[in-house]
Amino acid sequence: MELLIMGLITGMLFGFLLQKARVVRYDKQIGALRFQDMTIVKFMFSAIIVGMVGIHFFDIFGLVQLLYKPVVLGENIAGGLLFGLGWGLLGYCPGTQGGALGEGRWDAVWGILGMIVGAGLYAEIYPFLMKRVLGWGYYGQLTIPQLIGVNRWIVIIVFIAGVFGLFRWFEKKGL
Amino acid sequence: MELKNRDTGSWSPYIAGGLSGLVIIVSVLWTGQFFGASTSFVRSAGMLGKAFEPERVEQLEYFIRYLPKFDWQLMFVIGICVGSLIAAVWSGSFKWQGVPDMWAERFGTSSLKRGIVAFIGGIIAMFGARLAGGCPSGHGLSGVSQLAVSGLIAMIFFFVGGIIMTRLIYCGGNK
Repeated sequence: MELLIMGLITGMLFGFLLQKARVVRYDKQIGALRFQDMTIVKFMFSAIIVGMVGIHFFDIFGLVQLLYKPVVLGENIAGGLLFGLGWGLLGYCPGTQGGALGEGRWDAVWGILGMIVGAGLYAEIYPFLMKRVLGWGYYGQLTIPQLIGVNRWIVIIVFIAGVFGLFRWFEKKGL
Repeated sequence: MELKNRDTGSWSPYIAGGLSGLVIIVSVLWTGQFFGASTSFVRSAGMLGKAFEPERVEQLEYFIRYLPKFDWQLMFVIGICVGSLIAAVWSGSFKWQGVPDMWAERFGTSSLKRGIVAFIGGIIAMFGARLAGGCPSGHGLSGVSQLAVSGLIAMIFFFVGGIIMTRLIYCGGNK
């Protein structure tokens, strides 16, 4: 029960911030995909670099439990592409579209219904996928530092430097 | 740049994104929960399915793996909607709108047309997210901040798919 309440509170904080930065809107999401307005990319990478430093810092002391998906190339690539194609049509993503509805953009209801149908459809053909498709290109739990064999803080520093470079470029271009 | 930011009551995406990163850190430290959204649609589909065909849902392997019940993440997704509503009402940016501005400029103001495309987009996006093992929250924010290779690959292809689709549907359009 406590975990459910924590989920609700965490979601409310995140939803508040998403709306404040206007990230939930169709125009912002599609604006990024059309290279006209990079608001969502700025938001996303800002959250990622702060989260990245914090999570890896507390991991040193064993205070957090890392939890990420294994690499399965076929699924990550095909699923990623499919998601992107659907995203380009819908203009909302699974986490943020509830936020779009929250600020009155009710076309998100169609997206939410579509996503529930999509999830049901996936559950229906999951047994077939398990047999024929899933698992292609499986490399297991893998992080970027493990992949290239360097200390994770070097990867983090390079990543952050890259993100700052990207931000500077966005601001220069007025995106 | 200044013109774009004249939307009153909005926060810089860098600030709001960075604060979201802090929310991620606190969530992981406190409850061990990383952000994610797409699994909630599987649970919702299962719960809805149970209302119509309980035996069918019980048989499906995917709903055994992801039981149709409320959990932290589903509450988190609901919380996003509530948090966004609070932020929108508080800053006076709440607006009932069924057709996004950018969409209307290109495809007209029919909310039926927008609804159909959004619904289909939702189906494709969720199917892809389940195949990929996550959405921009789970793979993007959580995966990449942990330096997971799967998160990075999925996120790249989310954008590739999205850019392809917007190129297709907005080609020859405005701007």
